[in-house]
Amino acid sequence: MQNETLTLIAIMGMALVTYATRAGGFWLMSLVTPSPRVEAWLKQIPGAVLVAIIAPTVLASSLAETLAALATVLVAIRTKNVLIAMVVGVVTVWVLRRV
Amino acid sequence: MEHTGANISEKMRFQRLKSSPLATIKGIIAVQRADLSESGDTNTTSEKVTFTLSGALLGARRAIPLALSVSAVGFAFGVLAHQAKLDVVDAMLMSGLVYAGASQFVALSLWAAMPLPVVTIILTTFIVNLRHLLMGASLRPWFSRLPPWKAYISVFFMVDESWALTIGEFAAGGRDAAFLLGSGMILFIAWVSSTVIGQTIGAFINNPAQWGLDFAFTAVFTALLVGMWKGKSNILPWAVAAVVAVAAAHWLPGKWYIILGGTAGSLVGALSDAK
Repeated sequence: MQNETLTLIAIMGMALVTYATRAGGFWLMSLVTPSPRVEAWLKQIPGAVLVAIIAPTVLASSLAETLAALATVLVAIRTKNVLIAMVVGVVTVWVLRRV
Repeated sequence: MEHTGANISEKMRFQRLKSSPLATIKGIIAVQRADLSESGDTNTTSEKVTFTLSGALLGARRAIPLALSVSAVGFAFGVLAHQAKLDVVDAMLMSGLVYAGASQFVALSLWAAMPLPVVTIILTTFIVNLRHLLMGASLRPWFSRLPPWKAYISVFFMVDESWALTIGEFAAGGRDAAFLLGSGMILFIAWVSSTVIGQTIGAFINNPAQWGLDFAFTAVFTALLVGMWKGKSNILPWAVAAVVAVAAAHWLPGKWYIILGGTAGSLVGALSDAK
């Protein structure tokens, strides 16, 4: 299949499952109440997924990535601004790869 | 427990005056938690819920400061979308139809593979967005008293920020459910337009790795994680997610490490939470 077709299928699929999560919780609540344990699990998912995505790059590639991630964390804590933190992280990794 | 509620709303007013949108959201969420744990659904069901233009406009006005920070993230998304070889129409379609930041960044990080791992992308998007189930469920007490079509259109515009504002508005006594639609639409416009601008400007950046731009995803996720940090209770689940992901990335092909690490970490978090 053409890659452009696959791209459109992927985007449509993402849109469908995402809307399903938005409408689904509202709809499900008319049928059942989630147990506290399920609720606790749903709350944990986004953070754990993000950690899993970055861990191999941050912890198991090279020192430049580890230090740049540290710099990103510090800037994010101070500024609470994702864009500034991203720029600092990218600049840090760029500089460290050069030395 | 009434004094607790008063303390928190006092604190929220203070935060509104002095500080960033993030702090405001945290304050709002704190109020919402206090409100839910004290009153549950029962208190609110007796009151009338409306759905008016002025409610939507109020939501829109409240969302303007947040629209600025959403635009910054949308711009970053656009630049990375270009890097992942999405053209401007595809990037716009994704922002406009999916409209869920974190999952869109995750999807882009999977986009490099050829042929495109469509099933993995859709499955991962679903997992990252599962939190919407909870958010949607929390709106039920108010939206269940409107015609269903109004609720099902409104929830499309439910993102973390508009949800937090709306729950805060309801907790403060507001009863116009169009607030969610209004705030969500302003953020939607900001998100889609900043995506387009970012994608267009991204065209002028040639070799991303040479400029360290391959690290941009990791940096964005790291910064998002800082915003999600709630304290020591995060340490164990996040450590488990990291260890499982590093091991899986080493031993298994493809992107399995994301689903494995995310599932392991979140399950451990849920189990240790319940204790």
